[in-house]
Amino acid sequence: MRFRTFVAAAIIGAAGFAPAIAADEPQVVRQEMMKKVGGATGAMAKMVKGEADFDAAATLAALSTISEVAGSIGAYFPQGSETGFETEAAPAIWTDMDGFTAKLAGLKADADAAVAAAPADLDALKAVFGPLTKNCGACHETYRLKKS
Amino acid sequence: MKRLALGVGLAAIAGAAAAYGLTAPTPVAAGRLAAIAALEGDAAAGETLFWAGGCASCHAAPGAKDEARLVLAGGVRLKSDFGTFVAPNISPDPQAGIGGWSIEQFANAMLAGVSPDGRHYYPAFPYGSYVRMTDRDIADLFAFLKTLPASDVASLPHEVGFPFNIRRALGGWKWLFFTDEPRVAPAGDEAQLGRGQYLVEGPGHCGECHTPRNPIGGFVTDAWLSGAQNPEGEGVIPNLTPGGKAIAGWSAADIAYYLESGFTPDFDSVGGSMVSVQKNMAELTSGDREAIAAYLKALPARGDGWK
Repeated sequence: MRFRTFVAAAIIGAAGFAPAIAADEPQVVRQEMMKKVGGATGAMAKMVKGEADFDAAATLAALSTISEVAGSIGAYFPQGSETGFETEAAPAIWTDMDGFTAKLAGLKADADAAVAAAPADLDALKAVFGPLTKNCGACHETYRLKKS
Repeated sequence: MKRLALGVGLAAIAGAAAAYGLTAPTPVAAGRLAAIAALEGDAAAGETLFWAGGCASCHAAPGAKDEARLVLAGGVRLKSDFGTFVAPNISPDPQAGIGGWSIEQFANAMLAGVSPDGRHYYPAFPYGSYVRMTDRDIADLFAFLKTLPASDVASLPHEVGFPFNIRRALGGWKWLFFTDEPRVAPAGDEAQLGRGQYLVEGPGHCGECHTPRNPIGGFVTDAWLSGAQNPEGEGVIPNLTPGGKAIAGWSAADIAYYLESGFTPDFDSVGGSMVSVQKNMAELTSGDREAIAAYLKALPARGDGWK
């Protein structure tokens, strides 16, 4: 009986508790932030590819999202968050934090410039989209590692 | 007793002679070299092979961007279980690069892994894939390389320890693993799959990173493009077959768009060594990228090669 209670408590604990902890972990927070950037990039890419009509408001929202994440995500790579929660962060982030920070600053600068330009038509979006998204691969080249 | 000693001695000599013969560098057959030399290389067509072959990813200076990727000064370091290989200068400089090479010497390097001084190249230079290239493509690529800027930066020696520093032993590696046979037999639209297979298995040399290797550096059988440990350290090179989780859920159009733009279907981006490769792939025609995608979709499903 005691054993069963223990098992039941463990299951309830695992189900109710673990996600609550995980959501606050820096690994999970930064993964969610990157997903937001992916969503914003995708919204603009569909316009660039001609799969969606140009939408100035949606474009500005997407660019603002990227700027926001670029300015805040750097805080979610503390010592001790090098592993866990299926992180794909490369060890290079911690061995070369200055280089990593510089990449984020570059993304932030390009995103801010794009927000300031406030693209009013598809051509204007295309003009900022290429240079802005070059930052993705340039950073992932060194600072992300596929683990599965 | 004397007879036994004599027998063992003779067997040892025979064995050594066989090993010596077996490991001798074998250049491309004279007839084929003559056929390649007779072709007039088309530099414009050769540019496609240059990007498909990924020459710049290893032979441009480390960190080279944009136009600088056309200066093949060498210097990129490739870490492996066997040591660190340093890509040489293959710019048209007559002393530091390959400006003094004949087309025959170039063909021997690309198709046989044999250097102008008759020695084996390490398979870090992916002649195990380039061996599938056509005479025409070898001639065109050579013509294109000649149009690139020369660099007088000296090539650096590889950092490879014993026993892998014995180049002659690479003859054994070639005897075991060096083949121009197709890696798989995909079924479907023959013209498109054939082009995709040529690009992936030949100049594109995708399998060199995406296929797992055994302890002496040969490909594991029945594991073509199933992914591998990252030779440079932590992490893995993704499984490209329909049996992996990397791109199995992608359509052929998704794969072609990734090669063109660097974006995955959920707009994550290309990373790691693939960043440079994707830049090369972006220079191909959309037809070639679609052919590569079609071939990858037609691969036999395999479990993850690093497990």
